[in-house]
Amino acid sequence: MTAMAPAVGSAEAIRRFNSHDGKTARRRRLVTRIVTHACIWVGVLLSLFPFYWLFAMSTQTTAQIFGFPVDFFPSNQLWINIRGVLSNIDLLGALRNSFIVSGSLALLVMFFDSLAAFTFAKFEFPGKTVLFRILLVTFLVPGSLSLVPSFVLMSRLGWVGGLQALIIPGAANAFGIFLLRQFCETSLPNELIESARVDGAGFFRTYWSIGLPMLRGGVAFLGIFTFIGSWNDYVWPLVILVNPNVQTLQPALAQLNTMYSTNYGWVMAGALISVLPLIAIFIIGSRHFIANIAAGAVKG
Amino acid sequence: MTAHTTGVPLRAKPRNRPISEARGTRTRSALRFWPQYVSIAPFYLLFVVFGAFPIVFSIVISFTDWDGMGRMTFVGLKQYQYLLGDARFWQSVSNTFIIWIISTIPMLFIALVVAFLLHQNIRLKSFYRVALFIPNVTSMVAIALVFGSVFSDQFGLANAFLKWIGGSNAGVAWLTDPWGIKITIALMVIWRFTGYNAIIYLAGLQAISSEIYDSARVDGAGTWRIFSRITIPMLRPVILFTVITSTIGGLSLFTEPQVLLGNTGGTNNAGSTIVLYQYYQAFQNFDFGYGSAIAWALFVLVLLFAIINWRLVSGRKEDEFGRALPGPIGRWRQRNTAKKEAGR
Repeated sequence: MTAMAPAVGSAEAIRRFNSHDGKTARRRRLVTRIVTHACIWVGVLLSLFPFYWLFAMSTQTTAQIFGFPVDFFPSNQLWINIRGVLSNIDLLGALRNSFIVSGSLALLVMFFDSLAAFTFAKFEFPGKTVLFRILLVTFLVPGSLSLVPSFVLMSRLGWVGGLQALIIPGAANAFGIFLLRQFCETSLPNELIESARVDGAGFFRTYWSIGLPMLRGGVAFLGIFTFIGSWNDYVWPLVILVNPNVQTLQPALAQLNTMYSTNYGWVMAGALISVLPLIAIFIIGSRHFIANIAAGAVKG
Repeated sequence: MTAHTTGVPLRAKPRNRPISEARGTRTRSALRFWPQYVSIAPFYLLFVVFGAFPIVFSIVISFTDWDGMGRMTFVGLKQYQYLLGDARFWQSVSNTFIIWIISTIPMLFIALVVAFLLHQNIRLKSFYRVALFIPNVTSMVAIALVFGSVFSDQFGLANAFLKWIGGSNAGVAWLTDPWGIKITIALMVIWRFTGYNAIIYLAGLQAISSEIYDSARVDGAGTWRIFSRITIPMLRPVILFTVITSTIGGLSLFTEPQVLLGNTGGTNNAGSTIVLYQYYQAFQNFDFGYGSAIAWALFVLVLLFAIINWRLVSGRKEDEFGRALPGPIGRWRQRNTAKKEAGR
């Protein structure tokens, strides 16, 4: 390329664009655009195909699923499969438990993390730097390290088999505090807090009527993020929910798979039930959610 | 509650008081901040009870022989000695690393390409973003079941496809062949995280100001030069972030192999990862001592990676305008250019 390429929008560029050169350039741009869309569509189809396939399999009999040639289209067995699953395994109970666990965990995390983040972002107090550093270090601790001792601790507390074992330990976390602190710094002006102080509002009052409302975007994101993470959590409920009658969705689904592996239509119908609520929640909050995930990574 | 408890901002401490008096003031002033301490306390309390204590306790357990119920017998370093000679442990380590490599490298590369495609000013962008991101929020158990049927040895869709392309002899024993198992697991990881990483790269690309591109173009830089000299260096922190998260995720792989292949990791344990082996030893064999030793071995591996990552990150510092200052490699380059110019 020469150093004399015309600047975008200059008279020279417009003249070239309108001339014969411009026509080929336009055509080339069109081709580029089509190729770009085609490549992305390959990715989109690969992303979405397992969902379609899950749906298609849950409408078929096991014989159809493993038949040859492969049957690509949905059949009419969906209700039969769903009824079969629900009458043999308490999937609705597991669904309810998952809602209890993920919902209450999300609420607790939203409250405790936003309160701590608000404090770290907007107030000075002795030991703050050290305490925040400790918080960052806890990021490095992998959860799988404490699988065995946590189980022992839970059995000493008498929480093995109880849903509280899935809720209480995660009720406040370093990730959320760190994330919301970033939000505080960008979307919560110091003047606002200062003026609340001048008006005589105490600390908790300032948090509740100024901090929390101003942070609602970040807090909502953290809530959805926590809900999804907890909903999909597998290893910890698998270890701790020893009572087969008190399960959350993921271990219940795995149980369904081992108990009825010969009836694949049922297994797929169960998987479909476990996936749908989450996808609904995600699609409702998707725009916000994706923007926040990305922003967190770029800023952090 | 009165206004003074809010304590913003902390005024400069008086420096010229006698020490004893200053100490008394410090205690009193620390008490003044009780609302702040109360508000951050839940995290630290929960961390001490459910985070720090179990970790310390797991060191103790790893020095014992214990089934979780009976008597704990102290055995010293025996579990670790056994670990060093345990072929299945080392197989799990190598499985984990192989799966990590064959999933992470293609995944991050494809994600970068997808991010570039999305970065063009195209229509349907928000639809594409949602569609590519959905795999990331889906439960791994359900998806492992779907993959299990698609990659089934005999009747799976993948083999049907291979036969359609390559004739009736084509086909891979995806769930019994050691490499078939690893590839299937890696494909699940790739499927789940490519869109996520692409969205993150896209945000990184959007954060690069278009003025930089324009001025590079004015200076006569071609597409490849712009890509290698501007885009990639400016994306470096974002790429580092994705490498760190994929490393942590890759080293703690569990759900995919467990649901797909069971607690032993399938034929000849070809799909047994470190965390799965730990789970198997602790909660199927009820060998809590050995399970904890495996957990600590994993921790050492994660720590090694964290140190490597930290060294890479700490190379990057910012000047007062928030611009990235050159890291160790950049400084070395600068020195080299300076030397060259001095020699000229």
